[in-house]
Amino acid sequence: MAEAATMQVSDEVAVTINNMNKWYGSFHVLRDINLTVNRGERIVICGPSGSGKSTLIRCINALEEHQKGSIEVDGTLLSSDLKNIDKIRSEVGMCFQHFNLFPHLTILENCTLAPIWVRKTPKKEAEEIAMHFLEKVKIPDQANKYPGQLSGGQQQRVAIARSLCMKPRIMLFDEPTSALDPEMIKEVLDTMIELAEEGMTMLCVTHEMGFARQVANRVIFMDEGQIVEQNEPEAFFNNPQSPRTQLFLSQILGH
Amino acid sequence: MANTEVSFVRTETLPPMAPPIGEQGIVKWLRENLFATPANGALTLVALYVIYVILSGSMPWIFNGVWNTSSLTECREVLDGTRGACFSVLTERWHQLIYGFKYPPDAYWRPNLTFVLMLVAIAPVLFFDLPRKMLIFTAIFPFLAYWLIWGGTIMTPIIALLGVVAGGFVYTRFVASNFAIGFFGAILAALVVWIIGGFMTPDTANENAMLQAVPSRDMGGYMLNLMLGVVCVSLSIPLGIALALGRQSDMPLIKWICVVFIEFVRGVPLITLLFVASVMLAYMFPPGTTTDLFLRVVIMITMFSAAYIAEVIRGGLAALPKGQYEAADSLGLDYPQAMRLIILPQALKISIPGIVNVAVGLFKDTTLVSVISMFDILGMIRGPILGGAAEWNGVYWELFLFACIIFFVVCYGISQYSQWLERRLATDHR
Amino acid sequence: MAILSDPPEGPFRLSMLLSDTRYRSLTLQAITALVLALCLAYLYRNISTNLQAQGLSLGFSFLQDPSGYDINQRLVEYTSQSTHARAALVGILNTLLVAVLACITATIFGVIAGVLRLSNNWLVSKLMAFYVEIFRNIPVLIWIIIIFTIMTNVMPTPRAFRGDAATSSMLFDLFAFTNRGVYIPGPGFSNPFFASVGMNWLLVIAVLVGSFFGARAIGTWATKIQEATGDRPTTWYMILGVWLLPVAILLTVMGLTWDIPALKGFNFTGGIKIGGPLIALWFALSIYTGAFIAENVRAGIQAVSKGQTEAAGALGLRPGRIMNLVVLPQALRVIIPPLISQYLNITKNSSLAIAVGYADITATLGGITLNQTGRAIECVLLLMLFYLTASLLISAFMNVYNASIKLKER
Ligand SMILES: Nc1ncnc2c1ncn2[C@@H]1O[C@H](COP(=O)(O)OP(=O)(O)O)[C@@H](O)[C@H]1O
Ligand SMILES: [Mg+2]
Repeated sequence: MAEAATMQVSDEVAVTINNMNKWYGSFHVLRDINLTVNRGERIVICGPSGSGKSTLIRCINALEEHQKGSIEVDGTLLSSDLKNIDKIRSEVGMCFQHFNLFPHLTILENCTLAPIWVRKTPKKEAEEIAMHFLEKVKIPDQANKYPGQLSGGQQQRVAIARSLCMKPRIMLFDEPTSALDPEMIKEVLDTMIELAEEGMTMLCVTHEMGFARQVANRVIFMDEGQIVEQNEPEAFFNNPQSPRTQLFLSQILGH
Repeated sequence: MANTEVSFVRTETLPPMAPPIGEQGIVKWLRENLFATPANGALTLVALYVIYVILSGSMPWIFNGVWNTSSLTECREVLDGTRGACFSVLTERWHQLIYGFKYPPDAYWRPNLTFVLMLVAIAPVLFFDLPRKMLIFTAIFPFLAYWLIWGGTIMTPIIALLGVVAGGFVYTRFVASNFAIGFFGAILAALVVWIIGGFMTPDTANENAMLQAVPSRDMGGYMLNLMLGVVCVSLSIPLGIALALGRQSDMPLIKWICVVFIEFVRGVPLITLLFVASVMLAYMFPPGTTTDLFLRVVIMITMFSAAYIAEVIRGGLAALPKGQYEAADSLGLDYPQAMRLIILPQALKISIPGIVNVAVGLFKDTTLVSVISMFDILGMIRGPILGGAAEWNGVYWELFLFACIIFFVVCYGISQYSQWLERRLATDHR
Repeated sequence: MAILSDPPEGPFRLSMLLSDTRYRSLTLQAITALVLALCLAYLYRNISTNLQAQGLSLGFSFLQDPSGYDINQRLVEYTSQSTHARAALVGILNTLLVAVLACITATIFGVIAGVLRLSNNWLVSKLMAFYVEIFRNIPVLIWIIIIFTIMTNVMPTPRAFRGDAATSSMLFDLFAFTNRGVYIPGPGFSNPFFASVGMNWLLVIAVLVGSFFGARAIGTWATKIQEATGDRPTTWYMILGVWLLPVAILLTVMGLTWDIPALKGFNFTGGIKIGGPLIALWFALSIYTGAFIAENVRAGIQAVSKGQTEAAGALGLRPGRIMNLVVLPQALRVIIPPLISQYLNITKNSSLAIAVGYADITATLGGITLNQTGRAIECVLLLMLFYLTASLLISAFMNVYNASIKLKER
């Protein structure tokens, strides 16, 4: 708790989710989700596979549509209005489990694509920004290679840098380390910890409990499309309340 | 810390609910699938109009069709100026479309039976789940089919079968010690049996045979397409395997022969190869011999499809992980053993969908023989039926529709099989 | 360190030819070479005795003899007095003509059908699936003959356009669809720069090529501006102008006129006549191959994983830009190689011209010339040589392309 406490959480609200419901066909994936995220908060979401974690964070930047309730990001209400979606997406960065780098572009081009075409940044400036973030994720020397030439950990760090180049105010992570070999997990987590220390608002779907303890100020447990339990990491891990949370924790920490 | 209400525990679980109205049922389906945007809606209307045009043009014609007249004029009289199809051309001439115009009508049961038997023989090849014992019938089928379709003395197929059995026996006997001895010994054994058998069969054997002999030039119609398709594809698979292996060989001469052959055949249209069969091959056979056109065409089409199949199999061989080759080597297997036992079974399995696609293409291409005046189904339509006597001169649509349907059914069926197999292989391999 | 051990000493035994790895491959190749040589010699002997028996000898001098037959559809001067070689040239040009036309239209059909098949409009995507399955699974020769039959038997005779009681009329008074072919307005110049018609058209093409580079230059310029300031100037009207203005000016100066087909007596004169066989071949090859191209296009677009679109969307790119910057560059790598082999197929399938009497190289050299001169071997060899050259050129091009787009992997 010591480290997490040093990170600032402000009173300003970044994301508000109100009674949000989502169906895939007639399958009720998300049920009555209520969540308020303040600026500077680092939230870890965990839960069994298929519980709707990915769907939840994908709703936040409109990769998925929700059918009931409301989502408000930085004061912008998410609706089918393209303008709002554009605004939200340029404020929210996202990292995927499978990196999703563009294989036909170099690392540098991957990072400058969106700033150039969305933010309308001059190319040179975009490249400077990109190099700045590539340095931050510690791979500036790979800038002219193609994604296929990098290791998984390096690719995920590039994906983080690519999102950061858009200067997002909120970052979403969907199991960023679960497709990686153990020795690469650390390098990605280190990058994310650094990001947290700089005060980025983060929502991470992850099962890296060490990371949760060290960085998160809130841990949310989801099951069957609902938020079952949420608490500060210390309390969450040491003293889970719901039987389902206890079961889940015993399964992933059990060995 | 700002958050006072951080801790939260859900006590009772929310049951799943039905999606809000407008988010379910047919309304939602229509909205999402047909009228998602104005442009999408417009597209739907255009599509509906196209469907309307097609149906309103064809349906009355089909349902008003006449099925039982004996000539076009008669049919027109029955129709009496209304629009309708003269399907009576099909009821009157279906046998010509299917068997050609020279195959003896009282022997139609022979190709029919062959066709049914063929389905049985092919089944174990296409569906791995069927009992492997059925493959024995598959092995006998070619000889049986030959006898049923061409008729004549039963000695011919029996001697051919005996030759193959003798060859197979020699091969299994000697292959364990040395592949080359087994292989060439088998060929030798088969040849010996065939030559002896040829001497033993009397020249007059065909005359009082159980089944009347039918020469190849009397084969026609859709039967000819099927025969060419099945015979050529079956023959070209072993040839294709040999070419694919040859192309991978590290003996430069063999490799280059295969490469030149494959690239040459793939570089020219089938029709030029059919020209070779119809006008050029005669020059290449020894003077005084005549081979029938059917055989010459089979040779050329087989070469043609073998080149394409070789490329498919090469893809299959390349898709095998290198570890398989190394594992086979490290087990101490020699080249023929490694290929026969380890590499080919896997490579062929991956290649089956590709081979099936080649087969479909080839089957469609069998219609090209009508260009070198063989009377396959298309040759029958354009020749004897439309161009012959005046009875049916002018009934295009009914005939073409029939040809389209009969090809579509087979080709679509086979390609659905290939897709099914592809999906299945994709899951098998995990 | 590897030490190359000397091969074990010992006398050479004959059995080593088969059992020793050093000699076995040589032995096998020697046997193959021998068998091959024997086969070739055997074929050669058969061919020469067969030819002698017919009093023929191999040679290509017959190409210089007058052909003695007419060709309706031709792109260069040709009469029945011209040589067989000239007839072959007419055939080659006709093959290229129909192949190029069919490649263009097949691509258009294929791209439209492939993209629409992925449309989220259920009806449209089903309709396109229907198109693809119907056309792929029925032999192209049947399609050619069906369309040829429509052209010759269903289209009205020119006579039907005549008189007050005409049963047919021209489309927009410009196009006439008859059973002898389709007549369309033919462009001409009242004030040409050059005496030869071809030169004038060459000039027009040169201007269009200039426009192409102009349009490219505008694109480069826009990219430069964008790189410097971040804003990409709107260029579509400039590009439109660069494409249209110069050509329009040139055509006006040269006095473009349209020669509109008109009924004279029992037939149409004026304009350009596109014969029924050409239309049948062109259209049938287009719709047939279009169905295959549609599948390639669909597979190419689907090969770009959904994650790519989502990642681009999450970065804030708009759908149109996602298509241009992320999906298409990747999809094209998948689409173009099979597309080129479809072009190869079109070229080869155009040889089916002979079935409807379109005078391509197969119908001239492999058809009439072969039948008239009896030079089967020479004609078929030349024919194969032509197609082989075309195929090798196309596949060489494809190899270069494939090498240039190969994704860099570890
Ligand atoms: N596109 C989709 N269509 C239908 N069902 C989906 C779709 N995506 C996810 N689901 C279902 O929604 C549920 C939640 O999925 P997801 O959010 O990916 O779970 P998690 O990320 O927690 O493992 C799962 O049961 C999954 O099968
Ligand atoms: Mg997930």
